This record gives sequence, structure tokens and C-alpha cells, in this order.
Amino acid sequence: MAFDPVLLARLQFAFTVTFHIIFPSFTIGLSAYIATLGVMWVRSGEERYHHLMRFWTRIFAVSFAMGVVSGLVLSYQFGTNWSRFSLVVGNVVGPLIGYEVLTAFFLEATFLGVLLFGFNRVPPWLYVLSGAIVAVGTAMSAFWILSANSWMQSPAGYELKDSIAYPTDWLAVIFNPTFPYRFAHMLNAAYLTTGFVVLAVGARYLIAGRHIEEGRTMLRMAIGLTAVLAPLQLVIGDQHGLDTLKYQPIKIAAIEAHWDGAKPGDFHIFAWPDEKTETNRFALSIPNGSSLILTHRLHGLFQGLKSVPPADRPPVPIVFFAFRIMLALGFLMIGAALFGAFLWWRGTLFETRWYLRIMAHTWWIGFVAVIAGWVTTESGRQPWIVEKILRTADATSPVIGASIFVTLVLFVLAYGVVFSFGIYYINRLIDRGPEGPSAPRRPLAGAPITAAHGSGGHGELVQRG
Amino acid sequence: MEWYLPVIWAGLIGTAVAMYVILDGFDLGVGILFPFARKERERDQMMASVAPFWDGNETWLILGGGGLWVAFPQAYAVIMPALYLPVIVMLLALVFRGVAFEFRTVSRSKAWLNFAFSAGSALAAFAQGVILGGLIQGIKVSDGAYAGGPLDWATPFAIICGLAMIFGYGLLGATWLTLKTEGPVAERARGQAKFLLLGVLAFMAAVSLWTPYAEPRIYTRWFSLPNFYFLWPVPLVTALVAFALWRWIDQKREVLPFLAVIALFLLGYLGLVISDFPYLVPPSLTVWQTAAAPASQIFMLLGTLVLLPMILGYIAFVYWLFRGKVREGESYH
Repeated sequence: MAFDPVLLARLQFAFTVTFHIIFPSFTIGLSAYIATLGVMWVRSGEERYHHLMRFWTRIFAVSFAMGVVSGLVLSYQFGTNWSRFSLVVGNVVGPLIGYEVLTAFFLEATFLGVLLFGFNRVPPWLYVLSGAIVAVGTAMSAFWILSANSWMQSPAGYELKDSIAYPTDWLAVIFNPTFPYRFAHMLNAAYLTTGFVVLAVGARYLIAGRHIEEGRTMLRMAIGLTAVLAPLQLVIGDQHGLDTLKYQPIKIAAIEAHWDGAKPGDFHIFAWPDEKTETNRFALSIPNGSSLILTHRLHGLFQGLKSVPPADRPPVPIVFFAFRIMLALGFLMIGAALFGAFLWWRGTLFETRWYLRIMAHTWWIGFVAVIAGWVTTESGRQPWIVEKILRTADATSPVIGASIFVTLVLFVLAYGVVFSFGIYYINRLIDRGPEGPSAPRRPLAGAPITAAHGSGGHGELVQRG
Repeated sequence: MEWYLPVIWAGLIGTAVAMYVILDGFDLGVGILFPFARKERERDQMMASVAPFWDGNETWLILGGGGLWVAFPQAYAVIMPALYLPVIVMLLALVFRGVAFEFRTVSRSKAWLNFAFSAGSALAAFAQGVILGGLIQGIKVSDGAYAGGPLDWATPFAIICGLAMIFGYGLLGATWLTLKTEGPVAERARGQAKFLLLGVLAFMAAVSLWTPYAEPRIYTRWFSLPNFYFLWPVPLVTALVAFALWRWIDQKREVLPFLAVIALFLLGYLGLVISDFPYLVPPSLTVWQTAAAPASQIFMLLGTLVLLPMILGYIAFVYWLFRGKVREGESYH
């Protein structure tokens, strides 16, 4: 059997890393939200903040566990599947990952134990502080992993000896040229992603007429956050794009499907980039749009794909479409958040049911945008695994294709099961709702008294209304 | 190159691995003993005894693997492809048992998650033993890269090491349970500890006899003079600790048996270090040959010297916070 080890290793890593990024995107933002709720609870003494904090902490626990175990896999895959990569850039990238473990992972994992199980054992301030420490830990983790990834996109502060990278200036390594933009972009994306999940859950409760007080609080907090962060993301993204044009012009050319650098670039709303003929088919374009965005001049020129041989180009359609998915979802988020803010200002946010109904079903929007964004940037770096230092095809391990194939199948099966159950359990936790004194913990659905309990749920609603 | 930097790093990574083996060892061990609990309440109690800690415990595995990459990229790039299948099986097993912790508190039907937790724990332990065995028996290297096949690790010796690890972690888990729980769970754990101790001693004896027999360099290390004068106390102390452990289990002591098992693990570990140092990838690559650039090792060392004591400090704080027996109702957050 002919298994291509490079292709299989890439598929396997694409699968495991995509699966993994779902959870940090959520837990970075959620831990910050939990810490915020905790601070508001301690300062105001209002129980609804406490209920919400406990509620979201339970959901956090399930998501974080999936993030931890899938992240553990990644830290070993660098060696199992990409041993040449580990060897060539280990001197530079390795310590960044090492610092992530030392400054973030231990902090998160240890204080999560206090947050989850310590409520009866520690004073409230320490309980809330543990939440804040977990939030700081997740953001630190993002700092280091984004630094490592950005270094692979725009290497700096190193020298090559015998085609092995050696560090020369650690500050230049850590704060490499694309890092600040990437870090801001990803952190903001994580907070946005969580904002839309909280928004969806709040909307879901208001539509169902349950947990009204908590639902309104979530809605207000989520819209307040996303109405600021969603437009901000457009600004950060724009700056990130300009920076990428400087350091990875071919990636930008692929994003814009810009073949000929001698002409100004149109912005293609839709097109089918044809790599064989080096043209775009079925293009629906804004003339000179890309030139305007990237050079701020109508007839500005930027490098085209044809300036490098086909072997040095990324897979254009993947980069092109992934970017457009991200962009479209970004604009949808801006629209949804600003419209929500408008309704809030008008005083009709909690009554505009069609808006709540739509928002209750858009919890996924940030996740898909994050994945599309990562696909854009990681595919756009190809054929390099580390820009201009090491090609992806030269970075793999001396492992036969069959081994990679078997483990790929195992990963798909295992993650499929874990992910399905994880979503199912998170959904059940959301269904169960925040538990307050007026909303005693409901017996689990499906227990013998479910039928009787259904009316109990309404009774609670009447009481609260 | 400064000769001592790689030695310091070998010591640090050795410490991280030892921390991992002891800390995750007891919570994997609780998973291994999970099927022998009779009631769901007992399983809740067992899980609650490790729930606040497992996540931090597992972080040592990331430090061990990540640290190996940081400090000895050449060793990392050889060991991981060589032990590809056992490493990935271990990771997948840890995925299932890790999520089982959280899923189990939400789920209505616990049977499948109980199975995921115990089977995942046992399989992870087994795979770790196989990895250890695969490393001890040696890895084929040429031109600084792994040069063997996908199943080179699969020998009877590696399988025996895998089984030994299940017994070893089980023993750690059993003494942890006698320390942290009460009633029937603790009572049963005492019985299990004695059985597991006999198994562990048998495996330790087997590995200790097999390795010098199979590897002449290990034979020379232990039995040549003057080494033998310095090394003979290692097996003797091991036997004394095992004897004391048996007595302490009989006397229903709570803390001492757990400490004694830790001592047993450390002695076994010391034996391996004596057998294999300075090889990181026996029998060809030493800590010096596989070391990262001194600039990288120094950069990481500075941070580690500041951060590791802090980490140990707050981990100790959390263990102190959750001291004493598991309390009723603490299984749910």
C-alpha cells in the first residue's frame, strides 16, 4: 500500500490541532468571564453573579479537560510526526513551549482544582482569585504559543549553522515581527468567541422564559463586550494583514488570489482561483479593492503569486476561501453585536424575539471564524513549515505511512467520540441552567419524575415572573 | 560547550519525570483499581480523592516531553519516532481517562465513563511501561535519526515493563486511597496494596536480573569493581523499604505506606539511572551528544530556576488545601 507519510502527517496534525484550538478559543475567554463574574459578585454581593460564576465554571471544567488532553497530544506530536522540525528549530522554538508549560500550564491546572473543588475550603476572595489566576494562565499560554507560531511565520533573532537554527537574540525571537498582531488578533478572537457563546445562552434562556435574571445579565455583558471587540477585531485584522504583506507577501497574494504583481489588485468577493492557468474564474470583484486595502492607494502594487515558482506557492483555493469565510463571519459578528447594542439602547433588547432567536443559534460563529483564520495563516505559510528555513515536506519523522495512517484513524475515532459527548454534556449543563435558591437543582432529565418536573419548571418560571 | 549544562538539564528532566511518575502515578493507579470498587458511591469517593489534582499531575508529563525537546532536541527527535505507536496509544488513553473525570460528573449513565476511566488509566500505564522498556533495551540510530522499524519496541521485555507499570501505579493508587479515604474503600485498598507489592517486587527483580544479563554495559556498570562497593546498598535498601511497607500496611498506618511506595519508585528509578547514565538514547546517544545549544539551555535554565520553586510552592499549597480525608459531597463541583 502506498501511504504518503508527508501528506498523512499533515492531515493528522491538521486534524488534531484544529480539534484542539476549539477549546482554547473558548476557555481563554470563558476563564476571563468567570473571573469578571467573581469580581462582580465579591464587590456587589449580588447572588446572580455567583450563580453565573458557578454555572460557567462547570462548563469551563468540561471544555478545559478536552483542551488539556488534546493539547498534551500536540506537545508529543512535534516529536512523533515532525522530528526533523523538532531538531532544526528546537533550539529556538523549544524554549518558547517550555516557558508556556512553566508560566501557564501549571498555573492553570493547579488553580483550576481550587476553582472547581475548593469552594467549601477557601474564603471567597481566594476562590475568586483562583479564577483570575486561571484566566491569566490561559492568556499567558496564548502569549507563548502565539510567539512560537509567529516565529515560524516570521523568524527573527537566529542564525543558521549546518541548517540548524540557533538563537542569537531572545527578545527578537519572542517579539518577532508578526507576533504582536497575531497575539492581539487571537486573544481578541477568543474573547469574541466566548462573548457569542454567552450571548447565545442568555438568548436561549430568555426565549424559553427560564432563568430570566441571569439570562438578561448574560445578554447585557455579552453585547457590551462584543459591540466593542468585534469592530476592534476588524482594525487589528487590518493591521495584521499589512504586517503580513511585509513578511509573507506570497501568503497575502494567495489570500487575494492576486496572480500578476504588475497590475493593481482587485478584491474578489468570490472567485475560483485556478492554479493551472494562474487566473481566477467566475470572479466577482471590486476593482482595485485589494490595492486600496493593502497599499492605501488605488493603483498601488503588491507582489503577485507569479513572482515565485509554483512549488513555492501555498494552496491558493484553501487560503483564499478560508480567509473569506473568516471575513464574512467577522462582518456578521460586527453586525450582530452592533445591532444588539442598538436594541439595548432603544430598550427593546429583551423583547426583540426574532433577534434573540437568531442569536440563540449562533454560538458557533466565533469557533468557525477562529478555525478559518488559522487555516488561512497555516496554509498560507506553505510550502514552508518555518518560513524560508524549513519546508514542510522536509520536516517529518522517519515513520512509515502505515503507522501514521493507523494513528490518524484512531485520532479521528477517539476525538469524534470525545467531541460528541463533550458537546452533549455541555448542552446538558446549559439546559440545567444556573442554580439559584429560587431555582433548586433540577433532577436530571429522564429520571422517573421528569414528567412531574416539567410542570415544576414552569412553576419556577411563574414564581420568578 | 560547558559540560555541566547538559548534566543539570538531565537532572531537571529526570526530576520532572520522577514527579510525573509519582503524582500522575497515584491518580492513574486509582483508575486501575476503579473496576474493583463495588458501589457507585465508592467510585465517587475514589474519583474525588484525585479530582482536584489530576490536571496538575499530568502537566508534569508535558514538562517531561517539552523539557526533553527544549534541552535535548536530538534525543526527542529520535525517541518519539522510535516509540511512535506506544506514545500515541498512551496519549489517546490519557484523552479518554482525562475527559472521563469531567464527563462523569455530568453524565447520567456512568458505566461507559467508568470503563473509559479505568481502561484509559490501565492502558496509559501499560504504554508508559512499554516506552520505558523500549528505551532501556536500546534504540537503533544512524546519522542522528531513528533507523529502526515501527514495531522494534515490541519485545517480551517491553511488555513485562508495561505490566510492571500497571502493578506499580496500582500500588501507588492503593496507598493513596488508604491515605485519603475511609471505610470499605480504604479497607479494600490495603488488601490490594499487599498483593500489588508482591507483584511489583517480582517485576523489579525480573528487570534487575534481565537488564545486566541482556546488556553487557549494564552488567559492567553494576558488577565491576569498584562500582559494586558503592552500588550494593541499592537493592538492599529496596528490600528494607519493601519489608517496612508490608509492616506499615498491616499496622494500618496511613501516610507511611504511601511514602514507602514513593521511595520504592525512586529506588527503581535510581537503578535505571545508574544503569544508563550518561546515555539518553541507549546505547548510542549521550546527554552531551543530544544537548540543545548552550544559549537555549541557559535561557531555559534561568526561567526554570525562578519558576520551578514557585510551581512547587503553589502545588504544595493546593495539596495542603485539600488535605485530610475526602469529605462527603466533595465529589461534585
